[in-house]
Amino acid sequence: MSGAVDFCGLALEHPVINASGTFDAIAAQRVFGDALLADFPFSAFVSKTITLEPRAGNPPPRIYEVAGGMINSIGLPNRGLAGYLEHDLPSLAALPVPLIVNVMGSVADEVVQLVEAVDARAEIAAIELNVSCPNVKTGLDIGADPDELARLLAAVRPRTRKPLIVKLTPNTADVARVAVAAEASGADAVSLINTLRAFAAHSTRPGAPWLGGGTGGQSGPAVRHVALAQIAAVARRVTIPIVGMGGIQNGRHAREALDAGACIVAVGTESFRDPLAGQRIARELAAPRV
Amino acid sequence: MTWTAASAPLGRRRITVSDRRTYGAYGVLVLADTNGPDPQPGQFYMLAAVERWGGGADERPFLPRALSVLRAEPGRAHFMLEDVGPGTDRLLELAVGDDVWLLGPLGQGFQPPEEGRRAILCGGGVGTAPLAILEDALRAAGTASVALLGFRDAPHAQGAALLGDPRVATDDGSVGHHGRVTELLSAELDADPHAVVYSCGPPPMLEAVRAICEARGVPAQLALESGMACGFGACYGCVVPTRDGSYIRVCVDGPVVDADRLDTALVAGAGH
Repeated sequence: MSGAVDFCGLALEHPVINASGTFDAIAAQRVFGDALLADFPFSAFVSKTITLEPRAGNPPPRIYEVAGGMINSIGLPNRGLAGYLEHDLPSLAALPVPLIVNVMGSVADEVVQLVEAVDARAEIAAIELNVSCPNVKTGLDIGADPDELARLLAAVRPRTRKPLIVKLTPNTADVARVAVAAEASGADAVSLINTLRAFAAHSTRPGAPWLGGGTGGQSGPAVRHVALAQIAAVARRVTIPIVGMGGIQNGRHAREALDAGACIVAVGTESFRDPLAGQRIARELAAPRV
Repeated sequence: MTWTAASAPLGRRRITVSDRRTYGAYGVLVLADTNGPDPQPGQFYMLAAVERWGGGADERPFLPRALSVLRAEPGRAHFMLEDVGPGTDRLLELAVGDDVWLLGPLGQGFQPPEEGRRAILCGGGVGTAPLAILEDALRAAGTASVALLGFRDAPHAQGAALLGDPRVATDDGSVGHHGRVTELLSAELDADPHAVVYSCGPPPMLEAVRAICEARGVPAQLALESGMACGFGACYGCVVPTRDGSYIRVCVDGPVVDADRLDTALVAGAGH
């Protein structure tokens, strides 16, 4: 398959990776066996979000189907940093593609600890920062505010020489301003969009949320054109590479994200419907334009 | 003796509907899955129509639907469906020759009882499905079993024909015992307290089975249902809380779980 691409110094076989939190390579290997390694659908593997301490995640129900997509309120369940490094990383290091680890902390000091620990591991090629999380001191979403993000990156950037990708939230008034702050503060790349904040109404209790976590994040083809607008808006303002994602289901969708200014694309929700969606989309993308 | 499942083939397969049957309120789809591995009792597949998956009520469905396998024969997998929403509604529209996307077999299925113990199969409604393939496997293994099935009314009770010779309860008394299937279960356990219980059904019924078995110290294996996006551990959407305070994913850690791992079988969010 043609389409090899350099992304922040990572030589990727094709321009399709997974969106964080949408593919569990360890569970998938349990289900599909070693075929997963022989036929891995993505050119890099992005972990789900790792936090300093273990998290159980949100109470169910966690997902709600909508027109052209879904709303999730998973709540970032993970083993915590130590559990990840001890239990998950050895298996993930055996994947045939570069490993990108996504981390999140609610204060800068937590993020620094996460980034330093991840930086020390040669198996990890790059780091993605999940900044769609409120600062517990100010209540502001770090990724929704350029100044908050700049302060975080000032603390984190000096702690690693690995490529640092900032995952941008779409739940902000001006995503391009946040992207500009990320670039100015030393980010090597930005990725967007994360899910759009959304509410699913309970079927029998008026006004109550269906999802156990309250609100959730919407994904799937219903958000794709929002993603295209945001990718284009960011591409006009930054020179660092962009990982474009949001509702991509096929090669044409991926091409449109690349044409909007993305360097590579990520696939999330479509992998739920088709575990080999990443590979299929890469193949369709490599086919000549018609 | 244990039953071990093979790995699922990686990726969804395009499969043709080879037969479509009706049992009262239920439909059965037979799929010509000639290259898939044999499913174990209690395993499930993700199904979606290839054409027009979407455009139903609320412009759904979008995600594939998790369905327990009803019965397997060489090269064919059977599924039992009830029209409960836009996904099952669309799947029930399919006719012979239509194509579906199929992923699986997935998940952890039932395990046979210890040597010398009898199996009691206790199901409700469309939860009959995994008990049919279980009954087939137990019969093939020479293990004695009895099946108890509960339905709301006579049209639904036609689903009982999918098992060999079950005892039936209906909510309205139109067929069999007038009352709950769990009443039949209690009577059966009075007669044979050393049996092992296998159950699948709506959450309140499953919870009643769990509580009865816990009170009597009877081992039970429960096939759970939960809304799920993927079926292979990716989305973390289908979790249920366990007695030890953690969550397990119904898709990869279940759908069949030992009842003593749960404080309750009332799974939140089933039925959207």
